[in-house]
Amino acid sequence: MPIKVRFFASLREQIGRAELEMPADGVATVGDVWANASAGAAPPADVLAAVNHTTAGLEHPVADGDEVGFFPPVTGG
Amino acid sequence: MSVELSASPFSPWQVLAVHERRVLRAGEYGACASFVGSMRDSNEGDGVVSMELEHYPGMTERELDTIEREAGERWPLLGSLIVHRVGEIAVGEPIVLCACWSAHRKASFEACRFLMEALKSRAPFWKKETLASGQTRWVERNTPGY
Repeated sequence: MPIKVRFFASLREQIGRAELEMPADGVATVGDVWANASAGAAPPADVLAAVNHTTAGLEHPVADGDEVGFFPPVTGG
Repeated sequence: MSVELSASPFSPWQVLAVHERRVLRAGEYGACASFVGSMRDSNEGDGVVSMELEHYPGMTERELDTIEREAGERWPLLGSLIVHRVGEIAVGEPIVLCACWSAHRKASFEACRFLMEALKSRAPFWKKETLASGQTRWVERNTPGY
């Protein structure tokens, strides 16, 4: 199962797509997912991430079949 | 405990009254604290005509459930409720309702405040405003609540 990557809000518009999939080979952490998805561009300083709908840092491990979300600071309420 | 995302306008006072009647037991609670946040017609000096509220389906509900559960662990609540709009929102419409019930006022006041502040800082929602000029822009951060 590939890793599913999703982008939200202003980050989705900057990246130019809402989601993509990538093979899990050689992808160990959330930071690796970002690097693969963004062709090596550094993540924004305020980027937030989640693995399987739970908030996670860039060092958080990822595995086959995980869903990884990236998004800017939240502004609800 | 109840969490609901609403894609259409809702009446917070009606929702609160219905929840209280259906879920709470009259005579058990002595306090109910609630907060309603509504959409203003201006922000940062500009006129705003509408707003798109994006969320992360699945994660947003999960985070709100977690926040509600944390409130229930920290305060002796008899009930709590979070309703939050998603999608296209017009000026003046309610965006969020938080309510807590308890035997005495301390728990419901404090827990209701906690629900709102935790929601504002943790739940994945993002606001995109449409200004009176027709321009759109993402809201980059929330105002501090404390």
